[in-house]
Amino acid sequence: MQGLETFYEVMRRQGITRRSFLKYCSLTAAALGLGPEFVPQIAHAMETKPRTPVLWLHGLECTCCSESFIRSAHPLAKDVVLSMISLDYDDTLMASAGHQAEAILHEVMEKYKGNYILAVEGNPPLNEDGMFCIVGGKPFLDQLRMVAKDAKAVISWGSCASHGCVQAARPNPTRATPVHEVITDKPIIKVPGCPPIAEVMTGVITYMLTFDRIPELDRQGRPKMFYSQRIHDKCYRRPHFDAGQFVEAFDDEGARKGYCLYKVGCKGPTTYNACSTVRWNEGTSFPIQAGHGCIGCSEDGFWDKGSWYARLSDLHGVGFGVESNADRVGLAAAGVVGGAVAVHAAVSALKRAQHKGDIGSGGSSHTGDAA
Amino acid sequence: MASLDHTPADIAAEKPSRVTAVYVYEAPVRLWHWTNALSITVLAVTGYLIGSPLPTMSGEASTHYVMGTIRFLHFAAGYVFAVGFIFRIYWAFVGNHHARQLFVLPFWRRSFWNGLIDEAKWYLFLKNRPKKYIGHNPLAQFAMFFAIGIGSVFMIVTGFALYSEGAGPGSWQDHLFGWVIPLMGGSMAVHTWHHLGMWAILIFVIIHVYAAIREDIMSRQSMVSTMISGMRTFKDDDPD
Repeated sequence: MQGLETFYEVMRRQGITRRSFLKYCSLTAAALGLGPEFVPQIAHAMETKPRTPVLWLHGLECTCCSESFIRSAHPLAKDVVLSMISLDYDDTLMASAGHQAEAILHEVMEKYKGNYILAVEGNPPLNEDGMFCIVGGKPFLDQLRMVAKDAKAVISWGSCASHGCVQAARPNPTRATPVHEVITDKPIIKVPGCPPIAEVMTGVITYMLTFDRIPELDRQGRPKMFYSQRIHDKCYRRPHFDAGQFVEAFDDEGARKGYCLYKVGCKGPTTYNACSTVRWNEGTSFPIQAGHGCIGCSEDGFWDKGSWYARLSDLHGVGFGVESNADRVGLAAAGVVGGAVAVHAAVSALKRAQHKGDIGSGGSSHTGDAA
Repeated sequence: MASLDHTPADIAAEKPSRVTAVYVYEAPVRLWHWTNALSITVLAVTGYLIGSPLPTMSGEASTHYVMGTIRFLHFAAGYVFAVGFIFRIYWAFVGNHHARQLFVLPFWRRSFWNGLIDEAKWYLFLKNRPKKYIGHNPLAQFAMFFAIGIGSVFMIVTGFALYSEGAGPGSWQDHLFGWVIPLMGGSMAVHTWHHLGMWAILIFVIIHVYAAIREDIMSRQSMVSTMISGMRTFKDDDPD
């Protein structure tokens, strides 16, 4: 382990030219929304600072975060960022295995105590003492707690680590639990998405490695630079929304013309992510561009919010039927109340007519309404 | 500042009779009532159309602004509703004691609960003659406290929280109401609750309009005209 190597030295060793290195710095600055004056700052930091090791753990997950990460479109990110971080410990990407791999984990933890970044993909299941996820013969829960103890900060990769995702969907038999509910004494950066966008992942890591601090986070602990706007706010189909032009059904005329997917359940208006700006696969496309609505994969509990093709979440979880939503429940209640009012009005009219008769026949004036 | 607690003595001092008209709803309260009625109507219609938009428009996107206009009307009416409600709270302090009924539920007072049961009996046809009231009857006060007093706050808070999503981080809407979104479990959940709030208020409106007309015909005091002129008149001189 070359503990004192700087990022720049690592890159040069990987065969990257100085020119490419500077291009990388300016691209990174642009990706992070920083001005050109930050380019020399990034270059300087990378030339002088010893690299920070990143330990990448895997709990209950599907590896889609790793798959996304290694496809970063950033021309150098996959070479540079991976060489900066992955060789320390990432059980799905590293060459070594078994005891060798675990030995590296312990070595880094000791050597860089309090100075390494822990990146978690997936989450720990808590039921049965964590026995639903075993890594190296021990529950992942134990490994997570052990590695987090001396980490500088924790990155929660993807919706699994950030929110729980599919394994935490109702009824959550293994009690899969997001990282921030298990590790409570470290700064945690949530990078939700199923998976998160590759450039968002490399952007977050690069920011932390170069500036030696965590990016500015929003109320839910997500980096503001990538999660402060909804998909809808920057969607290229937004003009069709404002104009009232919608896809009414898949494969209709509107769908062919690329109208807004709001009515077929697009979750863009309620989902915070950078898909509509950064896009996927080297900026090629993103779900809405491909003609399918956003499913809101970077939102907390998106599996439990009802159909991906409906605008309103279902109220299944609060005791109503599977098919119920706020408007159906509301309309039914308003119908019942309206009917009750009509019946009440009819009975009131009958009563009144009856008592009018009483007064007319000289009955007790006390019982009638003195009209 | 005026006391929030109007004593029974205040009310007892006013003697309802056929010849006396009591000035109950001051002009600002009446103005608020009708402004509020209008803004709720606009909010409910436009809000529903935001959730379930009109059939799609054909032609070029640049020639239409249907959703944009509907959303503008919703936001504008929302501001009218919110500003009106803040003014109404102010008026509860400086107005007469009837202006405070909307915000105070005197649950600690036995007479309130007795009155509420009594009024419920009148509505269940178990009683042939209701009591006379100068302000709201206890049942009406109960419904208004929850539907309009609490309901308005709920709709303003969730509404501005949703508005803050468009206004963006750092906006005053975000500073004041942005915390609601993670608290309720995300943007989708806040939308759902905002929808349910609309239905709750619509159900109140159905009952409110029906009860006001029914009271106007069948009770012992004026009702609909009182919210226009402010004067409460009575149909008999019997006590109670």
